Amino acid sequence: MEYVSPEGLRLDGRRPMEMRQIRAEIGAVSKADGSAIFEMGNTKVIAAVYGPREVQNRSQQISSHALVRCEYCMANFSTGDRMRKSKGDRRSTEISLVIRQTMEACILTHLLPRSQIDIYVQVLQADGGTRSACINAATLALADAGIPMRDLVTSCSAGYLNSTPLLDLNYVEDSAGGPDVTLGILPKLDKVTLLQMDSKLPIDILENVMQLAIEGCKAIANYIREILLANTKQLEYRRGV
Amino acid sequence: MLHNKSFVKKTKGGKVMKQVREHYLRDDIYCGAPFCTVCDSSGARLSASPSTILVVDTNVVLNQIDLLENPAIDDVVVLSIVLEEVKNKNMSVYNRIRAICSNSMRKFFVFSNEYHRDTYIKEMSGETKNDRNDRAIRVATQWYQNHLGGAVKVLLITNDKENKRKASEEGILAETVESYVKSLVRPDLLDLLVRPASEDVDMEEVEDLRPSKRKVIYSEHKPMSEITSGLHRGIYHQGKLRVNRYNPFEAYVGSESIGDEIVIYGRSIMNRAFDGDIVAAELLPQDQWQGVSSLSIAHEEDEDENEDVHLAPNSADDAPRAVSQQGSSEQLNAVPSRPCGRIVGIIKRNWHSYCGSLEPMPMPAGNGGIAHALFVSKDRRTPKIRIQTRQLENLLDKRIIVAVDSWDRQSRYPSGHYVRTIGKIDDRDTETEVVLIENDINTRPFSSQVLACLPPLPWVVSSEDLSNPIRKDLCHLCVFSVDPPGCKDIDDALHCHSLPNGNFEVGVHIADVTNFVHPGTPLDDEAAQRGTSVYLVERRIDMLPKPLTEDICSLRSDVERLAFSVIWEMTPEADIISTRYTKSVIKSSAALSYVEAQARMDDSRLMDPITADLRNMNSLAKKMRLRRIERGALTLASAEVKFQIDTETHDPLDIGMYQIREANQMVEEFMLAANVSVAQQILNSFPLVSLLRRHPTPTREMLEPLLQTAAAVGLHLDVSSSKALADSLDHAVGDDPYFNKLIRILATRCMTQAVYFCSGDLSPPEYHHYGLAAPLYTHFTSPIRRYADVIVHRLLAASLGISKLPSVFQDRLQLTSIADNLNYRHRNAQYAGRASVELHTLIYFRKRPTDTEARIVKIRSNGFFVFVPKYGIEGPVYLTKAEKGSGEWYVDDQQQKIKKMDGSLSYSVLQTVQIHMEVVEPQPNRPKLQLTLI
Repeated sequence: MEYVSPEGLRLDGRRPMEMRQIRAEIGAVSKADGSAIFEMGNTKVIAAVYGPREVQNRSQQISSHALVRCEYCMANFSTGDRMRKSKGDRRSTEISLVIRQTMEACILTHLLPRSQIDIYVQVLQADGGTRSACINAATLALADAGIPMRDLVTSCSAGYLNSTPLLDLNYVEDSAGGPDVTLGILPKLDKVTLLQMDSKLPIDILENVMQLAIEGCKAIANYIREILLANTKQLEYRRGV
Repeated sequence: MLHNKSFVKKTKGGKVMKQVREHYLRDDIYCGAPFCTVCDSSGARLSASPSTILVVDTNVVLNQIDLLENPAIDDVVVLSIVLEEVKNKNMSVYNRIRAICSNSMRKFFVFSNEYHRDTYIKEMSGETKNDRNDRAIRVATQWYQNHLGGAVKVLLITNDKENKRKASEEGILAETVESYVKSLVRPDLLDLLVRPASEDVDMEEVEDLRPSKRKVIYSEHKPMSEITSGLHRGIYHQGKLRVNRYNPFEAYVGSESIGDEIVIYGRSIMNRAFDGDIVAAELLPQDQWQGVSSLSIAHEEDEDENEDVHLAPNSADDAPRAVSQQGSSEQLNAVPSRPCGRIVGIIKRNWHSYCGSLEPMPMPAGNGGIAHALFVSKDRRTPKIRIQTRQLENLLDKRIIVAVDSWDRQSRYPSGHYVRTIGKIDDRDTETEVVLIENDINTRPFSSQVLACLPPLPWVVSSEDLSNPIRKDLCHLCVFSVDPPGCKDIDDALHCHSLPNGNFEVGVHIADVTNFVHPGTPLDDEAAQRGTSVYLVERRIDMLPKPLTEDICSLRSDVERLAFSVIWEMTPEADIISTRYTKSVIKSSAALSYVEAQARMDDSRLMDPITADLRNMNSLAKKMRLRRIERGALTLASAEVKFQIDTETHDPLDIGMYQIREANQMVEEFMLAANVSVAQQILNSFPLVSLLRRHPTPTREMLEPLLQTAAAVGLHLDVSSSKALADSLDHAVGDDPYFNKLIRILATRCMTQAVYFCSGDLSPPEYHHYGLAAPLYTHFTSPIRRYADVIVHRLLAASLGISKLPSVFQDRLQLTSIADNLNYRHRNAQYAGRASVELHTLIYFRKRPTDTEARIVKIRSNGFFVFVPKYGIEGPVYLTKAEKGSGEWYVDDQQQKIKKMDGSLSYSVLQTVQIHMEVVEPQPNRPKLQLTLI
């Protein structure tokens, strides 16, 4: 199958280095301390953050820093095939753990001892790259909640099909069976906080694909920063400062 | 700009699911015209100042690809929607149009209209997909006209009447293909045109005015929906049609649903199917099934009855019926019957270009007008094709290529059109090119990009090569090569010397082709595409350029050359103690032919080091061979033919069977050992992406003809395993000196074909090579002439850490497709080699009618096939024209005999007969070697 045409266009009309259309919205869940909707093309994710708040289960309380918990799930209607997904299936557990570890690495937990931060992420529409979208949504929600963070975590996926590195795979490209790299970085600190990959790649091609994913992450970081800045200006306007 | 496309798709499980796909529209897609002031012209492909720009629609590309390939057609814009539709309908045409678009010499530009902001259109409600695509083509054409202004004319080429009408209404210039080509005033281009099917409709309308209507010769093909439901209910059976090459009225459909082949007998029952088509067949009632031996060898004269047919397409006659021979009723009852059927539909056509010539005919009165002619294919399995041409007088003595367009129920023959001329009939170069074209072999000279990849000449081993730590200097070893006489592309060399502990060090040194052919280079792409060198009688079509094959890579004697070596330590009993692999530099001491090597081994007076090494290697090889045979390796035989060619006229002087010597077997033994060792090494390192070679075990059904023939001569063959079969073949001895060889030849015919595969595609038990009785095998020893060996060299180098694994091996699917291409090229090279042998056999015997001795190898109802050991020739002998009476013959299937009805004469399988061989030409421009009984 031909995922990149000789004219350099992908199946959906993008060039290999181009991301899908990104959209984000802050404050989608009014009762949450922080919330955000993040869209990458037809992939749509909603995230809600509660906290910092008192630890609900005292036995899990940590005296020196905050406890971070995360729960990931896919809505029954998020894919073309409506099916009942039981909570706690292996994939959800794995992604929950990935998001929790990624976020924990960037939250300044030592500033919030004996507290708990809960992150809830739900996929509303799935079209490939859900993991990256969840991480981006969680970052926005944490920022909205005012949680102190080292940096914004942004994530993007990249792949390698028809001997071409591709940025931000959609569902069709994801299902093609080629290598799939999911990368999460702290863009200002220029550090990698998450790296997952399916299949095998020689090291030089992996470097090319990673470089592409890094550029994607930085583009998302710029976009998220713009969204937060606009939101802050809106708040500033409302308070009459 | 983001749009969403949504559609409903049915899954395999029957569920209906909504699919939503993103579709981005963009403003950076350019028009491809260098004179356009608005667009970026860096990727422009059109002329600087064209008078007309053509936009072609899907049907034009699908049906007129021969015309588009002609250099006269230029300044063409191909829309991405057109490419997408062509890809879905016909992959081979898609590849051809893609080749034109990527050819920098042609002015074909691909415009991605589906992603351009101005030319993308949404599907309107109630609009069919085809109508939507046609509208997209018109919108893109309109955009081009508006975009480029009045300086240039944009013309839509379409044969679709409705599309043309709507284009005119919308103010778009549109023409049919025929009117456009006529405006070019080029008669040769008109011959390339595919006649539209509607022309037959016009002919039919005219025909209605005549008193007598046209006769319908063939049944209607069932529509696809009816075929599908029939296949599900088991009424119809799907399979590939294979036409008997000796009897074009007889064909077989291999069917999985009934586990047997369906016999299709008769032209009308074949119902316009071609060899290689995927067809749907319906079984006839059981009483209409014929016995196996009722199938006969068709005379060439059977087709001569067609001479009565008028060439004009409005004439139709009844198709001749091949008469099956009738035996006695007792014999018919005893004969097991095979399922017979008829073709009810064509699922997928296998039409391609055909080589042949025009049938001689009286010249028409007018000169320069369109003339109807019948094209006769070189391949008897292809029916005659009716074409129209303006160049009749030029083409009558030429070999030409013709493509098939359509085949109506009222036409005895399919309709087609002329593509191009190859050369004069009976010219050796022309006939050789016909052989190569028919087997899809690339004979174009290597391009300049390919030649630029070669190292500068004259090439010598450099000091860098010698000091390279990955490469060992083995120039001190006494290395030699043994090859066929006159061989210049020497792939392999050997060495052997004694070790102090009484063991032997044996080395196989293979030309280091991968040191010069690097992955991803044009040289590598060309070699991958060619797949293998093709060996014809009088020449060789190389996979790699000549400087590589005959000089730089070839392990010629007395020069230092780079090699990839497999070195074993062996006990005197030929047990391998250790194996090591290394890149190396060698200096061959001698390039021997098999005859020379054999002479050295046999002459006890010679005591020089090479001769001693040869004898040691021979004794080791014999032990290895015995062990291999003990494991079940088969010694198969085939009728290989060797020609002696006159250096001046290039005509064959003599013809005979190839002689196998001990020296051949010795070299073969070490090559097999090297291939097995390398296969183990690469599979250990790359279990999912190794290129291996396997020989599937033949089923008992495949071996049935062999068992039947053996039983007829009182021989019992055990086919439970390859070892049992090998033992049975060893015991098959008769009075006839050729008996054993004939049995082995028949056994070879029943075997499956060995194939390349990617190790990730199959499980280890399926890796087995039946003929060699090896659980694991690959090709490593001939990289100069087989691309598979180049790949294995790269895998071995990567497993040793010498070099990085190329990216092709990251992708198992890519390696699998390479293996498929190699299998295809390998098979075609074999076919071409055989066809070349047949061609030179004809040349040889044209001047030398000969009487000789032959053996019967297969019985048919009206004759038998014989094998001529002296010349290695096999062919049919007909009995109905024998001088010894014209009575009826019948076949005793159990005894594999054909007897005259009055019992005065009988012939049995493997019997010796005397035959007369001469070249005759029963059909014009189709000479053949005729074998008749004396």
